[in-house]
Amino acid sequence: MKKTTAKTRIIWIVITIVVAVYALFPVFSILATSFKEPSDLSNGKLLPTSWSGVNYEQILVGDAQELFLTSLRNSIGITLIATAIAVVLATLCAYAIARLDFPGKKLVLTTALAVSIFPVISIVTPLFNVWRTIGLYDTWLGLIIPYLSLTLPISIWTLAAFFRQIPWELEQAAQVDGATAWQAFRKAIVPLAAPGVFTTAIIAFFIAWNDFVYGISLTSTEAARPVPAALAFFTGASQFESPTGAISAAAIIVTIPVVLLVLGFQRQIVSGLTQGAVKG
Amino acid sequence: MASISLKNLVKKYDDGFPAVNDVSIDIADGEFVILVGPSGCGKSTLLRMIVGLEDITSGDLYIDETRVNDKAPRDRNLAMVFQNYALYPHLTVFENIAFPLRLAKGKFSEDDVQQRVRTAATTLELTDHLDRKPGNLSGGQRQRVAMGRAIVRQADAFLFDEPLSNLDAKLRGQMRAEISQMQRRLGTTSVYVTHDQTEAMTLGDRVAVLKKGELQQIASPRELYEQPVNLFVAGFIGSPSMNFLPATAEGNILKTPIGDIAVPEALATQAASKDIVLLGIRPEYFEDASLVEESKLVHGTVFTAEPSHTEWLGNEQYGYIHFEPAPEVKDLLDGLARDLDADELRPQVVVTLDAASRIRGGRAAELWLDTRRLHVFDPATGENLTRDAAAGAALTEDANRERAEEIERAGREAAEAG
Repeated sequence: MKKTTAKTRIIWIVITIVVAVYALFPVFSILATSFKEPSDLSNGKLLPTSWSGVNYEQILVGDAQELFLTSLRNSIGITLIATAIAVVLATLCAYAIARLDFPGKKLVLTTALAVSIFPVISIVTPLFNVWRTIGLYDTWLGLIIPYLSLTLPISIWTLAAFFRQIPWELEQAAQVDGATAWQAFRKAIVPLAAPGVFTTAIIAFFIAWNDFVYGISLTSTEAARPVPAALAFFTGASQFESPTGAISAAAIIVTIPVVLLVLGFQRQIVSGLTQGAVKG
Repeated sequence: MASISLKNLVKKYDDGFPAVNDVSIDIADGEFVILVGPSGCGKSTLLRMIVGLEDITSGDLYIDETRVNDKAPRDRNLAMVFQNYALYPHLTVFENIAFPLRLAKGKFSEDDVQQRVRTAATTLELTDHLDRKPGNLSGGQRQRVAMGRAIVRQADAFLFDEPLSNLDAKLRGQMRAEISQMQRRLGTTSVYVTHDQTEAMTLGDRVAVLKKGELQQIASPRELYEQPVNLFVAGFIGSPSMNFLPATAEGNILKTPIGDIAVPEALATQAASKDIVLLGIRPEYFEDASLVEESKLVHGTVFTAEPSHTEWLGNEQYGYIHFEPAPEVKDLLDGLARDLDADELRPQVVVTLDAASRIRGGRAAELWLDTRRLHVFDPATGENLTRDAAAGAALTEDANRERAEEIERAGREAAEAG
């Protein structure tokens, strides 16, 4: 391998800093805004004149508490259920696609791709009408189903690619060693597929967590409204005050689970575990 | 320990292509059988059918008199070493070797597992690496781990799928010797797939040569070499491979593109039965005429030819004589070359000469040809017209006797040692 010279290292450091600032500045701006007092919001400065927790107070224990906490509960529940279902279904589906030869295999993959490139906004209106008719409007299930349509295709594609990397011989070796098909799957394939499954789960979680269009169109009350949609319903303390501070605070709070997820599963996401199974 | 018997095995894929076509082989208990052939001849498929990873389209497979066609791989009690080793990367070397034992729940106590794995590791010199992951091992070590996983349980037979093809040449020779000795020591029935001639000839008690899914000949390496059943086997076994010369008989003289060759009467009679035949000559049947002893000279014939160039290898040298084949045999030779995985069979004769020979390219040279062991092939069917089946069977019989002796000796040594 080529040794990196001091010059290239410096260039890399500069690039890294530029990218980091570019990506993180908006986050920092929101963080700063969330600590501003309402009167301080339009002071034209990045940092608040005095740091105050009034916005957090407002959404967690104050006026907006009802709106925010119920929507947070909705978001967590709906997203987790949708992710779990997507991952389980996608694992089985991708395993079949990677390992078995069955008629319609191509069709499944292309359909999944077609669904994922279909613009969300174009199916929202028909879905709104259908859901109202059959009673799924403004329910958890009414959001979980469309979320599956968003998360399943990408989950199937990533997992299928991942399963294809796992040498089939491992499973066959396990079978020759005396394992049933299920034991071979569980003892030889699942441990190797875990990083792929985690990665897929996190991607699916993000997609469902960040959705706004379905969330605002297919709900009308706190029964099922997720956080991104609820943010739009925040109001200021009086009609002359903008809710920017509260929205910022809420945005920071909903970012926390995402950050925790990534940090928590960082190790699992790093793949390369299959190294050494077969000749390098 | 078990015998394996394949009866008319056929493997047809969905498109109707027969990857394995009507193969019957009886493998005796403790025998080491090699499946060999050019790529795409169905040798790996056949092995996978034995172990149960491929379905059998028709025919019967018996392990010790039990029909196992419909048994799952895990119920056949066979151990397999894969070409790419197929080690479990998330488990340590110890756990990799112990894997089959752990799967047989309740059959082995923890102490038992420990003891068996340690024994296998000692045999394979893996004791120092038991706690490492396969990813940190060298190719040769991974190969040993794969073997360890096979020998740790008392499997009825070992199946090897080109186990050495991923190793470098030096290591390959070493592992070849180890596999051979291990098989003799354990006396376990083994089936070994390879495309490498050296492995086939040195390891096998018997070698099965396959071509396009069909069994051509199964015999001891010596019988294959000296009494091949057809053109394909003759051309496949041996390196450099056998020369095929179109020839027409006139009395006891065979007219060939490189000169007229006087041959024994029996050979000439066979050659005269067809308009044109292919004369099969192994390179080492040639010699520099000036270096052949008087007593030996009478067993052959001397003729003049002009090698285009020679290659000196130290212990011997090769001479190359080009010739222009008649059009009717050219197609046949090209077809044979395709079957043998070569692009095109150059119309040339390779002769092995003594290292001391002064014959050089571009000069006419006197060559002596030992005519006692030549073969004559029918160009239409490829059949060997001069094969002596009885002599061949005797060679294979010899090999069987030697195997029995070697196993007995290994057993005795093991008994003395332990």
